Amino acid sequence: MKICCLVKEVPDAAVQKRIDSNTKRLDRSGEKNLNPFDTHGIEAAMQIREGGNAQVDEIVAVTMGPESAVRALHKAVALGADRSVHLTDEALAGSDVCATGYALAKVLESEQPDLVLLGQQSDDGECYTIGAVVADHLKMPSLTQVIKIDVADNKLTCERQAEYGYDTVEVELPAVISVGDAINEPRYPSLKAIMGAKKKPLDTHATGDVGIEADHVGEDGSKTQVLAINPPPTKEPGEIIEDEDTNETVEKIVAWLDERKLL
Amino acid sequence: MAGILVYALHDDEGNFNKNSLGAISEAAKLAGELGTEAAAVVVGDVSDDGAAGLGAYGAKRVFRAKDAPEGLAQPIVDVMAKVISDEGFSYALFGGGLLGFEIGAGLTARLNAGVTMEVTEVKVQDGKLVAERPVLQDSAIVDVGYVGEPGIIIGRLNAFDANAGDGGSAEVVDVEVELSDWSTKARMVTRGEQRGADVNIEDAEILVGGGRGLGEKDNFKLAEDLADAMGGAVAATRAVVDAGWYPYAAQIGQTGKTVAPKLYLAAGISGAIQHKVGMQNSENILAINKDPNAPIFEFSDLGIVGDLHKILPKLTEAVKARKGG
Ligand SMILES: Cc1cc2nc3c(=O)[nH]c(=O)nc-3n(C[C@H](O)[C@H](O)[C@H](O)COP(=O)(O)OP(=O)(O)OC[C@H]3O[C@@H](n4cnc5c(N)ncnc54)[C@H](O)[C@@H]3O)c2cc1C
Repeated sequence: MKICCLVKEVPDAAVQKRIDSNTKRLDRSGEKNLNPFDTHGIEAAMQIREGGNAQVDEIVAVTMGPESAVRALHKAVALGADRSVHLTDEALAGSDVCATGYALAKVLESEQPDLVLLGQQSDDGECYTIGAVVADHLKMPSLTQVIKIDVADNKLTCERQAEYGYDTVEVELPAVISVGDAINEPRYPSLKAIMGAKKKPLDTHATGDVGIEADHVGEDGSKTQVLAINPPPTKEPGEIIEDEDTNETVEKIVAWLDERKLL
Repeated sequence: MAGILVYALHDDEGNFNKNSLGAISEAAKLAGELGTEAAAVVVGDVSDDGAAGLGAYGAKRVFRAKDAPEGLAQPIVDVMAKVISDEGFSYALFGGGLLGFEIGAGLTARLNAGVTMEVTEVKVQDGKLVAERPVLQDSAIVDVGYVGEPGIIIGRLNAFDANAGDGGSAEVVDVEVELSDWSTKARMVTRGEQRGADVNIEDAEILVGGGRGLGEKDNFKLAEDLADAMGGAVAATRAVVDAGWYPYAAQIGQTGKTVAPKLYLAAGISGAIQHKVGMQNSENILAINKDPNAPIFEFSDLGIVGDLHKILPKLTEAVKARKGG
């Protein structure tokens, strides 16, 4: 079985994210990191490999993004992927969900995976949808927000929470699964794995290499347009208390509750 | 007919989801402004009366695919893609939740269509729909327009209010849809399992919400003691429900409950959008979190930056003392 893990490079959690008002895109300057939600996808792949119910021949990390995104691939490899694939091309810049899903499906098609895993969301875009877009292009069944995967007989038994409680769903392979962050506790990479990551095979593709039609991607190929960016309605900022002396803090809380007749 | 098509989700008893009904009302309002029609899609076992009843919320027609199963996205993508193509709908609209995200995403691929999610408002501009979407932890709102048709709009939880109007009934149109090969490769084994005890949080005027910051299952006792002292109940985030620390019936948010108590006291909760949408209308929000940058402080009335393990026990004692005296 071959597992492809979709990963993304995102601004580091500590970076104050903002939209560039000229390009109307996320300002991607500053420190970057592997999308933390994707580390759960890689860990899920590792656990399937180590679980013994399926033979995993290869785990491949796949990303689409600018040159700098190789760092996310190196991190993915340090966490357990055997090699990685980088789709990078100027033509892809400004792709929306529709165009990104199409492009990722094309690069995945060239890998013919039995299972595609990805995180429940990207830390920056927060779209929750890429897995399901990719799946339909690949003509594979899919499920998102999965918090438990059991593998047996070329089938997955998955659990996830939906509108009415927990669903248990059987999914035939090949399939695309986005995993929730409760599925596992990602391991820390060993120093050796971090050092060795840059030596693992990395294939770089441009759009033409994987049959992506240029007019389907990038800003021109996108089906949505950002027309305006506005600040949210202003709200009175709440009062903030730093807890230094807890007895004092608690007194203040009780006074606050009292004032509002909540006790 | 360049109308707006809404997916109406229902549970195993045939009750429609409140957010789906809200999406129908929203579609009807927008269709009025555009001079077009709002319609709905239902799948599975929905009675004639049930389907026609969606007319009260503003659907003129209801397309019913009896043979497609409810609860999984891809068969519904097949149904909606066919109805959109055959009838020429210009937009597909979904209320907040989870399935709508997956169906909308599938339609995006199938119909090469633009999609916007977490939409809080939809407006008409130059005869077209424009979706307002908060981004980057709600720090900015983008107006998104669509290039070509259809446009897919996925609402945020509780973004659209359900308005049952004068009780007009919708025309029910049965549709036969051949499911795609891959849509039949996922099969529901059990749906909507309720994990943990059946607790009631909706009627409580005071809720103490517990999140991953509590550290472990047993520490929910800290939240329960405080709730007891205050005469309230305990609520939870998905993170701790998924982890098995607390019952699903106590979960607030996108795939849980929506509440608006007099006081919501969030302990060890980061304030993710999916949690916020279920409790942001609480009259008073008090948050205790050790991270001064936690998003919850952006929408709390009183924020305490500190360790809940130190604060909660003392607060419980102080509340008891205050109430006793
Ligand atoms: C489709 C979808 C649907 C979802 N539906 C829901 C839903 O219905 N409900 C829901 O709640 N979530 C939902 N989520 C998940 C949501 O995005 C968040 O992951 C979740 O709400 C986080 O829970 P949390 O705040 O308990 O955990 P975390 O985000 O991990 O936050 C824990 C917080 O505790 C603080 N903390 C840690 N230790 C201490 C301490 N000692 N003292 C004080 N503070 C401390 C930390 O600073 C942190 O801010 C959904 C997500 C998706 C993608």
